[in-house]
Amino acid sequence: MDTSLFLVQLLNGVQYGLLLFLIASGLTLVFGVMGILNLAHGSMYMIGAYLAYYFTTLTDSFLLAFIISGAIALVIGIIIERCLIIHLYKRDHLDQVLLTVGLIFIFNATQSFVWGNDPLGVEVPAILSGSIGLTDIIEYPVYRLFISLLCLVVAATMYFTINKTRLGMMIRAGESDRAMVENLGVDISKLFTIVFAIGVFLASLAGIVSAPIVSLVPGMGEHVLISCFVVVVIGGLGSIKGAFIAALIVGIVDTYASVLLPQVSSMSIYLLMALILLAKPQGLFKN
Amino acid sequence: MNNKKKICQSVLPATIAACMIAMSSGSMAADSDPIKVGVMLPFSGVYAGLGESTRNGLKQALKEKGNTIAGRAVEFIEMDTEAKPARAPEITSSLVDNQKADFVIGPVHSGVAMGMIKTIKGKDSIMIIPNAGANAATGAFCQPNVFRTSFSSWQTAFPMGKEAYDMGYKKIVTMSWNYGFGKESLEAFNESFSKAGGEVIKEMLVPFPKTEFQSYLTEIASIKPDAVFVFFAGGGAVKFVKDYDAMGLKGKIPLLGSGFLTEGTTTAQGPAAEGVMTTLHYADALDIPKNKSFRQDYETLYGKPADLFAVQGYDAGQLIVDAVTATNGNTADKAALIQQMGKLEIDSPRGAFHFSKAHNPIQTIYLRKVVDGQNTVVKTSYAGLEDPARGCKL
Repeated sequence: MDTSLFLVQLLNGVQYGLLLFLIASGLTLVFGVMGILNLAHGSMYMIGAYLAYYFTTLTDSFLLAFIISGAIALVIGIIIERCLIIHLYKRDHLDQVLLTVGLIFIFNATQSFVWGNDPLGVEVPAILSGSIGLTDIIEYPVYRLFISLLCLVVAATMYFTINKTRLGMMIRAGESDRAMVENLGVDISKLFTIVFAIGVFLASLAGIVSAPIVSLVPGMGEHVLISCFVVVVIGGLGSIKGAFIAALIVGIVDTYASVLLPQVSSMSIYLLMALILLAKPQGLFKN
Repeated sequence: MNNKKKICQSVLPATIAACMIAMSSGSMAADSDPIKVGVMLPFSGVYAGLGESTRNGLKQALKEKGNTIAGRAVEFIEMDTEAKPARAPEITSSLVDNQKADFVIGPVHSGVAMGMIKTIKGKDSIMIIPNAGANAATGAFCQPNVFRTSFSSWQTAFPMGKEAYDMGYKKIVTMSWNYGFGKESLEAFNESFSKAGGEVIKEMLVPFPKTEFQSYLTEIASIKPDAVFVFFAGGGAVKFVKDYDAMGLKGKIPLLGSGFLTEGTTTAQGPAAEGVMTTLHYADALDIPKNKSFRQDYETLYGKPADLFAVQGYDAGQLIVDAVTATNGNTADKAALIQQMGKLEIDSPRGAFHFSKAHNPIQTIYLRKVVDGQNTVVKTSYAGLEDPARGCKL
């Protein structure tokens, strides 16, 4: 592999990793702050993609679809937290698994009922279509660069919010000592609603922006959920920073493995996970 | 006393006669019993759409005959395979051993097909495969009582090798998921392509069901082959064709495939699919009267356009109708029925076909090109292509 090809593959890996971060960030945020393991996280990715499809077809504008779908995702997040998750804070993880696996079935059935079983696709918005030449033979789709940029913006926003704002301060405090925060007069239940809605929003956002480059099929949420867990586990459950770095590592390893070691590429990220967990059983960034 | 004796003398024979009539009508009833057709298709899960089309086609064929064949009604027993190979033997034996099904139609998934074939081996039922394409089903694992109305994976990829060479491509990269059907397709393509004089310079196998193709496409761009031949289906096919276009490869390196690349996926692929060429035993736009009438009736019955899977289900139904009609409704003698089925010519919407010794269709393969979102027929690639049925001892 010559240098330029090597660098383009690195870009592929980083780009895939950033998308993985976007999908996984909500999962790890919700777990870190609220202690809730949301297995239906992948379903929200799927719903985001299908909503984007629905509203793009309806309004003929991906931007409008993007805004409407994002808003709907926030509302869905609030409803799920207020009606269902709220009963789980004092229960153990097994109950959470039971409830959120139930949600997967409900979302899958809803998807099948509304949109059917045939694969669907969304066109790349005209303004972001086309590709730019990276080397004299390799072109890169503009839309993928857009996704990478968006993921970076999300990562930066999350970093800023958590470290520099009042909301972030409460989130960090809530993570370490819930009772203390409550005694300081913070409405922890409102905080949890917000955090859960943001988590759902992030998963849907990943689905929305992926819609033009993936094929929309039933069960697409479960496939990403597995990669998501690999990222979250390697990064350390609940650590945003860990998820970010782990996502990049997973993306890059997966990409190079598929071209350099095709025979083992299907298990490369699991091998990576096993190795990292041997050295650091809590993941890379678990306090 | 005398009177009593009289009663005995007349009642006894009458009773015996009545019993005999009842018994004989009982044996007569066997012939007017419904013909039992077990249907093993995926009605849930990823392949649910395919299962539904197949069932629709099957029922359409029987509806055309008023749901009776040679005066006998047809009873369907439907089972959901969920496309899970592990469930296949259990469901098959319940249909064959408990329900005594005359025919078992199914499945969609090749893994399920293998489970079914093992179970139905030597049994007194006839299996008709309306989709699964694994070569072995009518190759090494072929059985006298197993027929296929669809295709072998070999049949859908072999013709493209020669077509590719004739189009002037000498060096080609092939690519597929790393599983049975995909690898069989690549092998069949390579077989005819290298025989014609071309060379497969690289074979890429992607772990199933991975759809992150970017790194592979980057490599293809750097290798710069004359063309690319792939096997992908369903959601993966949509993703691949869109990614291929987005990388700017479509204009530079022609994309070829076995027909599943663009079968039922062109709507989702949008403009990215335009110009992609594939080989398959059917095309929606096939311009023959039987196809037109079939598609029109299907749309009237089910309110949506027919697809390849509906055609294959329809032909499974036609096979039953024609065979049982030819035996005057006798389904008890399975050997005679099987012999009859082997001789039939099926008037299919894909064009007429008959069966090879291994019970796979000998059929026409078309070279197709996506134009305006439709698979149009460029030409007949192979008329009457017979699967080599390697390993079959029928």
